[in-house]
Amino acid sequence: MTELKRYYAPTSLDQAVECLKGGNVTILAGGTDLTPQSQAGRIKFRETLMNIRHIPQMSGITLEGKEIRIGALATITEIMEHPLVREHLPALVEACDHFASDQIRNAGTIGGNICNASPAGDTLVPLLVLDACVELASMPETKLYRHCMPISTFFTGSGKTRKSLCELVTGVRIPVPAAGHVSRFYKHGTRPALDISTISIGVAGNLKDGVLSNVRVAFGAVAPTPLRATATESALEGRHLDAATIEAAAVAARDEVNPIDDVRATAWYRKEMIHNMTKRMLENVAQA
Amino acid sequence: MSLKHEIEFTLNGVKRKLAVDVTMNALDMLREVVGLTGTKYGCGEGECGACTIQVDGVSLNSCLMFAVDCAGRNVTTVEGLTDQPRGEALRESFVEHGAVQCGFCTPGMMMQADHLLAKHEHPDAACVKRGLEGNLCRCTGYKKIVDAVVACGGRDSVTPAQAGVQK
Ligand SMILES: Cc1cc2nc3c(=O)[nH]c(=O)nc-3n(C[C@H](O)[C@H](O)[C@H](O)COP(=O)(O)OP(=O)(O)OC[C@H]3O[C@@H](n4cnc5c(N)ncnc54)[C@H](O)[C@@H]3O)c2cc1C
Ligand code: FES
Ligand code: FES
Repeated sequence: MTELKRYYAPTSLDQAVECLKGGNVTILAGGTDLTPQSQAGRIKFRETLMNIRHIPQMSGITLEGKEIRIGALATITEIMEHPLVREHLPALVEACDHFASDQIRNAGTIGGNICNASPAGDTLVPLLVLDACVELASMPETKLYRHCMPISTFFTGSGKTRKSLCELVTGVRIPVPAAGHVSRFYKHGTRPALDISTISIGVAGNLKDGVLSNVRVAFGAVAPTPLRATATESALEGRHLDAATIEAAAVAARDEVNPIDDVRATAWYRKEMIHNMTKRMLENVAQA
Repeated sequence: MSLKHEIEFTLNGVKRKLAVDVTMNALDMLREVVGLTGTKYGCGEGECGACTIQVDGVSLNSCLMFAVDCAGRNVTTVEGLTDQPRGEALRESFVEHGAVQCGFCTPGMMMQADHLLAKHEHPDAACVKRGLEGNLCRCTGYKKIVDAVVACGGRDSVTPAQAGVQK
């Protein structure tokens, strides 16, 4: 690993991706992960430290056609308070609301939460159930190249993603949910503030006449990455949300996850919590 | 040799130009480079709120911020807070309510409370508790701090004695 030689604060996306070409760059957004990680020596700086705060194309929350686009630099507070998000994406509001503390919500960005790729990253589970896509930018030759990747394929391990060192996350895109769409998020920790999730659950789908379709279920903090729960989804898809369906889905959820024991909880406890809370959330959805 | 970078920013209303170590956090810059020691180091990892400052009108933990990221921005610390009417009212309310014991958490509490009052003019106790979630106090048990902030929000209508019995 090379020594830190340069600090750079680009003011355009082109400048930023050009700087990333060599790949030897540490990206700084809000700094709420990078500061403690670098000070504790858990990460080493690359040759350039690039502060992305001054790139205009990376902030703001806007409606673009049938998608809500959240710039990578949007802070957790901005997201939680934005009328578009509040109207259409309740699961994301819920996740932001239970995130750390006011000070950290004011500084931490969604791009940082995605790129830090913690299995307990609180925005990741709602982004999974809302079918979000991650916007990436790079400069393979001399031109800016942008593309999107479904967030369901983005994470490859704890702290690991498909993003290359030459790529920048510029935002996330979320399809505007159709009428009748429901989404919920639940985070379990031991105290209300500044707690890392012991488990988290996201549920979404279209609810019509008591039947849930296009079901999305995702879990956080039960595996090296946040993940979609496909067996639980199939147990729900197209079925009437009655007591039997809900119990079958909760059992599928418990069987589907394979969590670890750690300081926050045992694997057994996590499995039980997944069962009980999936059940409770589905009961709540059934009453919607 | 550590890499330095020159930044310009506004600190408590005054323009500053400083050369800072690129890996330094804003808390160390304030305390060690500028010499303003009102902002406290409690944990250095975002858990205690003793280092709370305001940057461009929002509160954040200065221990989680890179000093270089202050460039071009408007930074307020507790030293600049009481120049403003709301800050002065908060200071008085903290004193009236006995919300200060050892005082170590107080600068961070005041900076966070000021940000809360900027967003919610008349917060109730639940709103204040929620807003101060990221600030730890080892002495007071929080009640007097919450009372002080609630009373400050209701300055014209609520006396300290009334605020004390609010739920
Ligand atoms: C006390 C404390 C409590 C916390 N509580 C929670 C919590 O409850 N829930 C939760 O989910 N998280 C929590 N966090 C973690 C952290 O606050 C979040 O992950 C936050 O969203 C990170 O955003 P940031 O802008 O501060 O990222 P930074 O620290 O600036 O960056 C994080 C990482 O992502 C990279 N990066 C950032 N932006 C981009 C981009 N646009 N493109 C490419 N790479 C990028 C950086 O290089 C770095 O590796 C907590 C942290 C602390 C210190
Ligand atoms: S010193 Fe910054 S939060 Fe404790
Ligand atoms: S008064 Fe001592 S820590 Fe709060």
